[in-house]
Amino acid sequence: MNRRKAIALSGAGVVGVAGGALVARNAFDSPASAASDAVPFYGANQAGIVTPAQDRLHFVAFDVVTKSRDRLVEMLREWTEAAARMTAGRDAGLIGAVAGIPEAPPDDTGEAIGLPASGLTLTIGFGPSLFRNADGVDRFGLAARRPDALADLPKFPGDALEAEISGGDLCVQACANDPQVAVHAVRNLARIGFGVVSVRWSQLGFGRTSSTSRDQATPRNLFGFKDGTANLKAEEEALLREWLWARSGDGPSWMDGGSYAVTRKIRMLVETWDRTSLMEQEAIVGRSKGSGAPLGKKDEFDEPDFAVKGADGELVVGEVAHVRLAHPDQNAGARLLRRGYNFVDGSDGLGRLNAGLFFIAYQRNPHKQFVPVQLALARNDVMNEYIRHVSSALWACPGGVAEKGDFWGRALFA
Amino acid sequence: MRTPRLFALAAAGVLAGGALAACSDDSGDEAAAGGPITVNATDSLCEVATTDVAAGTVTFKVTNKGVKVTEFYVYAAGDRVMGEVENIAPGLSRELHVELPAGTYETACKPGMIGKGIRGPLKVSGSAAPLTDNAALAAATESYQRYVKSQTGALLEKTQEFVTAVKAGDVAKAKELFPIARTYWERIEPVAEIFGDLDPKIDGREEVIEEGMEFTGFHRIEKDLWVTGDISKSGPMADKLMADVNEIVAKANAEKLSPLQLANGAKELLDEVATGKITGEEDRYSHTDLWDFNANVEGSKAAIAALRPVLEERAPDLVKTLDTEFANVDTTLAKHRAGDGWKLHNQLTQAELKELSDAINALAEPISKVAAVVAK
Repeated sequence: MNRRKAIALSGAGVVGVAGGALVARNAFDSPASAASDAVPFYGANQAGIVTPAQDRLHFVAFDVVTKSRDRLVEMLREWTEAAARMTAGRDAGLIGAVAGIPEAPPDDTGEAIGLPASGLTLTIGFGPSLFRNADGVDRFGLAARRPDALADLPKFPGDALEAEISGGDLCVQACANDPQVAVHAVRNLARIGFGVVSVRWSQLGFGRTSSTSRDQATPRNLFGFKDGTANLKAEEEALLREWLWARSGDGPSWMDGGSYAVTRKIRMLVETWDRTSLMEQEAIVGRSKGSGAPLGKKDEFDEPDFAVKGADGELVVGEVAHVRLAHPDQNAGARLLRRGYNFVDGSDGLGRLNAGLFFIAYQRNPHKQFVPVQLALARNDVMNEYIRHVSSALWACPGGVAEKGDFWGRALFA
Repeated sequence: MRTPRLFALAAAGVLAGGALAACSDDSGDEAAAGGPITVNATDSLCEVATTDVAAGTVTFKVTNKGVKVTEFYVYAAGDRVMGEVENIAPGLSRELHVELPAGTYETACKPGMIGKGIRGPLKVSGSAAPLTDNAALAAATESYQRYVKSQTGALLEKTQEFVTAVKAGDVAKAKELFPIARTYWERIEPVAEIFGDLDPKIDGREEVIEEGMEFTGFHRIEKDLWVTGDISKSGPMADKLMADVNEIVAKANAEKLSPLQLANGAKELLDEVATGKITGEEDRYSHTDLWDFNANVEGSKAAIAALRPVLEERAPDLVKTLDTEFANVDTTLAKHRAGDGWKLHNQLTQAELKELSDAINALAEPISKVAAVVAK
């Protein structure tokens, strides 16, 4: 139902508006240019994974608080409808932010009135605890459907995880080019979910720190370095098949066309980094800060040469340089699709920026991809001196919502 | 593009039974019946576009053209608050919808949100059918008014016992009676809040007291009891509390409530829990917030119970949801029983408070839909 129709109907008291009269005070804007920046919601894969990385993030993790499987499924239906509307640049509910009766709260919160779709994507994921919670209870009869790939992540050396900002039963990744649009989407989903889910933690991000498309320039993280040069890109279809999308035979069929997301909140100790010499910063990363080229090479996209030694007889790209430890050649070819964001959560009371990277990586199987890479990094990376992993979560993001009527999690709960 | 849809409901039509059926989706018409009355508020003026309106639900659109944050009020005789919008920042517009029977009223802008405000007359004439012309809604308000009366009776009695203990210097007894007296207050708080300046005198917290005002009421005595433990000079404060409670009870018992006040009151009681009690800021010295919490929920339940026949007829699914969520709040809260009362707020873990917060949110969201059903 398009927006115009919804209003006409609501005026006649059909979709739940009290049988009153609506008096238009303003004409509609022309819908001609409607949602030209909208990302299609329906499809074989969920949007928000290979979609060219938008500039802003609002990521939210929920705990399921209801005991009723039916209520959970019903909420997922409502969420999906609201998500389809909001990603198209519409209000979360059928009535909208200002067309209802004045005595009742509106079914959209209204802060996105007048804003375009802004490339909003909403991507859902299911956490291991949805299938069996910390006490081992199979709350919703899903334990048998948990993919092996969703087994809990191991503890990595040096992890300083805070339980209250880690894990969760469900997540929604909202990415948009306007932070207000991303926040609006999460706020409305949280509201629809009251009584069924409760927000466990959430994270705002800005300044995408990876590119998921060749059309995008490589952005910089808060250490000032280009990040994600070797990231999987939307155009690399063969690599995406190999490393990104779960397929038939990988695990339970409800994950076909889906992908697994690892999220890590990585606090960066930017003040100490900033008083580290340029030479040391570049040695730690293994790339030059200006061009992003691997040390010993000229251009950003030149392949690093891990064997070459300098005049001093030392390796140009050190044994423990970040780029070496993370490189596919050192990790059985493992690739990840990263779409992380910088964050600054104000300052920490000691006068330091509470800042860092909210790392998000999608992959076909985290235990074969993220885990070995992160183990290598956690053990050896000199960068660990300047970072702390404070939050961690793992999510199974199912395939796309095929069409209207289909909903997030339908195959899982079927 | 999200279309800016600046619709105004012909609210009078809705409340009178929805006879107007015009739905004009392309041509705006500001002059249509029920269109808002514009109010231009500056730091020194309060220009209300018309001072003569028809009875029913009246909508004001208040635009703050001054540099101070302002408020707008409609007062009936004796400064009874019929409706208010607070915190209108400079440059912003806010709407106020208020159901007004025929009579004479005053409007007021309060630049800087202080003082008596810039007053002007407002005449309301004619006779829009009030919601209570509906027999079921009339019965609902009568039923709720009986509830208010029962609570105000107990409020007077328990406040008197509390005041007597304070004046006798009996700290232990006064501490014991403090949350009990407040229970009756907290059950009917939205009714009390109708009487603008009395509520802060009785229940104002220390931080809301502005210069020139005295910190009085329950929380002042609470501070004496728990912080210094010295109530030797609290007698006059106790007498003042009793006088203010007597005054508000007389007013509350005489007040004719509208069914919308019941619906919104039920929601406001839960909002009180969500903003003040969960955080422990209400009873910050005694930490007896869970007593208030339970009383707010009981008051909310009473208002919904009064509306129940109407809701069952118009929105049976909503009633089911409310029953489930009220039961969930009760179960969750019951974990924190201590004897005849409740654990202290600072004895609960963050996880326990979150669980309570989730339960309240799960109830408050469907309760916020009750007003629309009542106005139908």
